[in-house]
Amino acid sequence: MDDISGIPPNNCQKVFIQRDFSEGTSVKFLTKFPAELNGKLETDVFVRTITQLNSMFSEAETLGGRNYCESCLACLTAYTSYICFDTHYEKMLKKITKFIAEQNQDYYVPRGLMLVDPVERGLRTLEICLLTENNGR
Amino acid sequence: MNQTYIAVSTDSPSVALDNKSIKMTKKTRKWEVFPGKNKFCCNGRIMMARQTGIFYFTCTLIVVTCGLFFGFDCPYLAVHVTAAIPVVGGALFIFVMATLFRTSFSDPGVIPRASPDEAADIEKKIEVPNTTSPGTYRPPPRTKEVIIKGQVVKLKYCFTCKIFRPPRASHCSFCDNCVERFDHHCPWVGNCVGRRNYRYFYLFILSLSILCIYIFACVLTHLILRSKDDNFLHAMRDSPASVIEAIVCFFSVWSVIGLAGFHTYLVGSDQTTNEDIKGSYSAKRGQENFNPFSQGSILRNCLVVLCGPTPPSLIDRRGFVVPECSPIHDGMLASSGKESNAVKIRHENYGSTTHYKNSNNIGTNTAGDPVVVSNGNLPVTKHDMITYQTTDGTVNNHLPTVNDQPPVVFHDTPLVNFPLAEAEVGPYMRDNTNAVSRGCSTELSPL
Repeated sequence: MDDISGIPPNNCQKVFIQRDFSEGTSVKFLTKFPAELNGKLETDVFVRTITQLNSMFSEAETLGGRNYCESCLACLTAYTSYICFDTHYEKMLKKITKFIAEQNQDYYVPRGLMLVDPVERGLRTLEICLLTENNGR
Repeated sequence: MNQTYIAVSTDSPSVALDNKSIKMTKKTRKWEVFPGKNKFCCNGRIMMARQTGIFYFTCTLIVVTCGLFFGFDCPYLAVHVTAAIPVVGGALFIFVMATLFRTSFSDPGVIPRASPDEAADIEKKIEVPNTTSPGTYRPPPRTKEVIIKGQVVKLKYCFTCKIFRPPRASHCSFCDNCVERFDHHCPWVGNCVGRRNYRYFYLFILSLSILCIYIFACVLTHLILRSKDDNFLHAMRDSPASVIEAIVCFFSVWSVIGLAGFHTYLVGSDQTTNEDIKGSYSAKRGQENFNPFSQGSILRNCLVVLCGPTPPSLIDRRGFVVPECSPIHDGMLASSGKESNAVKIRHENYGSTTHYKNSNNIGTNTAGDPVVVSNGNLPVTKHDMITYQTTDGTVNNHLPTVNDQPPVVFHDTPLVNFPLAEAEVGPYMRDNTNAVSRGCSTELSPL
């Protein structure tokens, strides 16, 4: 905790939600409420956001007919079709970016928090910035 | 702590606050500051390993052999056998080259290195009580265990990337990157083979073995048909190109077929070469061991590997570098950090893709001397990219004079550059939905 105490008030403290690997390498974040957010955020808001995020990622990575068709089409065209259209995964990532922005606007920024789109962090972690407000305003 | 000014981050969210803000003379793309040992072409579209000599050899071998085949054998076979031979050969050749270039030129699934904040967070979580004296520092073995479908899998800490490697990932020593679902580093295709290009690699060796057999069969047919009219030696003399092709195909076909067979087994059991060599899922010391990533059936494994979802590239090579204030944070952390472990770690380059290209000192040796970071190197090297906030709240990008000495305040929050009167939450977020999206600009905050 040395680090935290040394950070001046304006420096943004960050909380990292780690990946949940219990079901394999698919993108999934832990829904355990981090202690650092106690009193700053309601548990159910947090859990709802993470659950929704996880379901969006699982939709992107699902082994459905859509992904199979897309891959087979790409294979038949010797993978030149990827130049022409976005993959299902990329479309989902755009949706996730939009979702994160909405969540930030509706829930997190009013509470002095901010979610960082996981794709910015290589889908390793979900970063939550604590925007500490007491910077002389 | 007597810094004379405050450096304000121009972190991404604050960047798009004002569209009329100053633009940098030249935008740096992220591939230009990429920390791994990779080679980039076409402004970041193409990504390969540094050593590409054997890749050119592979290309030459395939192109020359196929060129000889189309130039010398196909005309004869098209007339005497069927016109379908050059058509099928051409289609196979195009597929082989397409999959080869896909394998070689795409991102194998590189996991971006941790940002300084994230690395510090991991460091804090795994910190062990420092019992030894600081002089005898040695990093403890760092592993984390996770349970995947009932199977215990060890995650190793990567000292270069500052992350716990996700399951199946491994660090490629040739390219200096952690690669997801790392298979192996293949010098023949001049790239790592990982999660994002394994299917192209597999289809490449599969189609190459078919092409090899096809050319070999056609060449033999050609020689035998010719030797019908004459004897075999005369046929060989009449068509020397066929002899060269036959020799090349004969010697390469065995290794290529062997490799294709091996990878077919791997695809069927959803393993990587890396895991197979290490015997990750073979029973050890009487312990039951299984592959937790397998889908259960061979058919499903094949479908997943060959037709599964196509994961995106995580390194955003063509995005623009957005300045971050990590060095300040670094120096500050180091100055406050008592633990020798953490300080030592921070001496190394974090390798964040958002580090500036020309800033030799930033992110590398900031530990231990925050004053130098703040007063010396940072403003000089990257003066244009940094704005400073004075005590009365005005923001500019001039280095404040030594005379007005405000208290030290570090700005890391994206909100700080926001004009204070308008600091409402709603408009801020609305304006920033674009800025938050990846790599959109390197514009600076208003003066």
